[in-house]
Amino acid sequence: MTTVHRYDAVIVGAGGAGLRAALEVARVTPRVAVVSKLYPIRSHTGTAQGGIGAALGNMEEDHWEWHMFDTVKGSDYLADQDAVELMCQEAITCVYELEHWGLPFDRTPDGKIAQRRFGGHTRNFGEAPVRRACHAADRTGHMILQTLYQQCIKHEVTFFNEFHVLDLLLEDNVCRGVVALSLADGELHLFHAKAVLFATGGFGRMYKVTSNARSLTGDGVAIALRRGIPLEDMEFFQFHPTGIYKLGILISEAARGEGGVLRNRQGERFMERYAPTLLDLAPRDIISRCMYTEIREGRGIDGKDYLHLDLTHLGREVIEKKLPDITDFARTYLGIDPVREPIPVQPTAHYAMGGIPTDVRGRVILDEKNTPVLGFYAAGECACVSVHGANRLGTNSLVDILVFGKLAGRDMAEYIRGADFAPLPKDADGPAREECERLLTSNGSESVARLRETLQREMMDKASVFRTQEGLEAMLTTLKELKDRYRRVRLQDKGKIFNTDLQEALELGYLLDLAEVTVVSALARRESRGAHYREDFPKRNDAEWLKHTLAYRINGEFELRYKPVVITRFQPVERKY
Amino acid sequence: MRVVLKIKRFNPERDREPYWAEYEVDVEPVDRVLDALEYVKWHLDGTLAFRRSCAHGICGSDAMLINGRNRLACKVLVKELGARITVEPLRGFPVIKDLVVDMEGFFAKYRAIKPYLINDEPPPETERRQSPEERARFDDTTKCILCAACTTSCPSFWANGEYIGPAAIVNAHRFIFDSRDRGAAERLAVLNARLGVWRCRTIFNCVEACPRGIDVTRAIAEVKRALLFSSL
Ligand SMILES: Cc1cc2nc3c(=O)[nH]c(=O)nc-3n(C[C@H](O)[C@H](O)[C@H](O)COP(=O)(O)OP(=O)(O)OC[C@H]3O[C@@H](n4cnc5c(N)ncnc54)[C@H](O)[C@@H]3O)c2cc1C
Ligand code: FES
Repeated sequence: MTTVHRYDAVIVGAGGAGLRAALEVARVTPRVAVVSKLYPIRSHTGTAQGGIGAALGNMEEDHWEWHMFDTVKGSDYLADQDAVELMCQEAITCVYELEHWGLPFDRTPDGKIAQRRFGGHTRNFGEAPVRRACHAADRTGHMILQTLYQQCIKHEVTFFNEFHVLDLLLEDNVCRGVVALSLADGELHLFHAKAVLFATGGFGRMYKVTSNARSLTGDGVAIALRRGIPLEDMEFFQFHPTGIYKLGILISEAARGEGGVLRNRQGERFMERYAPTLLDLAPRDIISRCMYTEIREGRGIDGKDYLHLDLTHLGREVIEKKLPDITDFARTYLGIDPVREPIPVQPTAHYAMGGIPTDVRGRVILDEKNTPVLGFYAAGECACVSVHGANRLGTNSLVDILVFGKLAGRDMAEYIRGADFAPLPKDADGPAREECERLLTSNGSESVARLRETLQREMMDKASVFRTQEGLEAMLTTLKELKDRYRRVRLQDKGKIFNTDLQEALELGYLLDLAEVTVVSALARRESRGAHYREDFPKRNDAEWLKHTLAYRINGEFELRYKPVVITRFQPVERKY
Repeated sequence: MRVVLKIKRFNPERDREPYWAEYEVDVEPVDRVLDALEYVKWHLDGTLAFRRSCAHGICGSDAMLINGRNRLACKVLVKELGARITVEPLRGFPVIKDLVVDMEGFFAKYRAIKPYLINDEPPPETERRQSPEERARFDDTTKCILCAACTTSCPSFWANGEYIGPAAIVNAHRFIFDSRDRGAAERLAVLNARLGVWRCRTIFNCVEACPRGIDVTRAIAEVKRALLFSSL
């Protein structure tokens, strides 16, 4: 039996974006519920290390206009500048708000919030690196997540923890709620709501080497696609330069912000050749490509596919005080002491620039004319506003989740005051129930784990940092096969209680859908911009491609449409660092 | 390298009693216990249930009893443990299935100590000032990831499940010693109750269990001292 709940607002996801939105809605109504497949404090926001960017100017002169310029340039001019402007202004308020809620930022000697350097953040429109990233050691995300959750406890927000959302109820362009599976007992729950916000995070798990948690499988993004919502700019997926070799665990850019450098097998600081001004603090897309180039030209360590991140010259004091967690990672997982030895690193799949398209109020939009879907919102990594364009700068995701979590929450609060509960569709929980039943009763011979391994390996090979038409076409064929085999997966666990076998199968379904959109969008974009690099089209082509992709899936077929980029202050120019 | 993973299993839909199951797993020297558990789940027995997410010791999902000690499965390498590894759910919580335990009671205790900044003074336009020394005062206890490894390693908690436990005390400490907080008295009142901080017998299991290296006993001692010298 499906249990039915009624809330004015339902927020799916309890990471930074979801919790920030919940706090905003909770100001006006107690009838808000947060539904999350993880306990809130297990969300991936907690793993963010380095910092949150805001032009506080606590340590040297800084202005939000500089932050805006860096973000736009970092995005390879694909970000919508009205949204970036708003974000960089609001970032400052959002950071102070967190401090007022008790976030234990590191401090300057005079007691202000301490700031550090980060990739692509500069003073005076590109002159030199600036200290803009506000931090709490290298566990900034942990502290943000905890602080927001603590505020939710204070304001008695209702949580449904370990509830996996399976479906979005959307009819006639009006959102009506969601359907979720309670992991503890395997029962379905229907949440009837006036408004729903998706804040389900990223989907790095479609790649083999990733910094992303096991849970980052793009659920909300795939569910939206299945319900007819287009996905924006899915061809742009960021690879972070410094993942621990093979494991993908992130070594924050803060390590380079504090002075760490990348070296090849000759011990050379190779970024001097590629980005003479910003060096090791150039944006991530550029450094990741340089690393692959070094590796391809035989300058990887021992000729292998990794390089060194060298912190040894920083001294024990800096390393252990400012970067305690990543020091611990190196010691635990590699048996390496970064005080004395360099850390082996390789680019790791890190961040989805693309996702569910929204306007600056967090409203999900349906087309290139920005027509909103009534009552449906998205924020955080699952959304695409777009403030990151073709490449996100470090520290800007934490800004994004706070600013747009807040603005979306505020708009939702406004919306639910004027809206009624739209009636539930007929057989509202039917499709979700069928999806679970099909997986539980399927008698095929395919294994979820094997399909997922193949997906991750092939995506890494063919749709990561370097892409070609040939590779992408081959990937599309592979995806067709994988999707076909997915219909024949067989689960071993047929039970109701905490069935993670079923959950992993559902998650693989989302990843397959999103990998397909990524490849279709990447194949169409015959240029190189930000994180999307086509070896067969190595130049940026503003005349034809200065536009956002909107990918629709209609009856299994993809249709690509395009949306203009909003340009206000900064005209596109060639990107040099 | 081949290891035998001995896992305590229990599925209430099927089993009346928990039982031990053994699996042979080939692992790489760099593999974590989590990798070994996933190998079992993905290739040998898909019904095995455990929680995990970040896989590098930050999200707090996968605390369990590994070779008799509370550890995060993602933060202990197989090669440190030898050829036989036993894995059990955390002690003292109801088991939902296999290694998944019911943490509701644990979080209720966390909520009981009012884990949020209490300060009704209107904040300034910018940040509240706090010196680096004041910030350092509670640094250690901000690291807590609420994995429950400490609480479930504590004999006082085993003896009485109502004991508030080290994790809640650590989180109270995080606020009591924050120069911006004004809620110390409210929290200390909770901790001074019959099942509060005085149940701690300074056995030190919690310090050893903490995967974040928090000096839990020291935090508890500081809370006790605050109680003794406060004017409650
Ligand atoms: C290792 C690492 C370090 C990083 N460091 C930084 C940094 O220093 N600065 C920075 O700006 N950014 C950083 N980032 C990026 C940033 O942390 C993330 O982009 C951001 O935290 C995403 O937040 P979110 O709220 O959108 O999603 P998440 O925090 O990922 O939360 C997603 C939520 O959705 C829920 N959910 C998902 N699917 C479902 C479903 N089907 N049903 C119900 N609930 C569901 C989950 O339970 C979870 O609560 C880092 C990322 C990584 C991986
Ligand atoms: S999986 Fe996150 S702590 Fe182990």
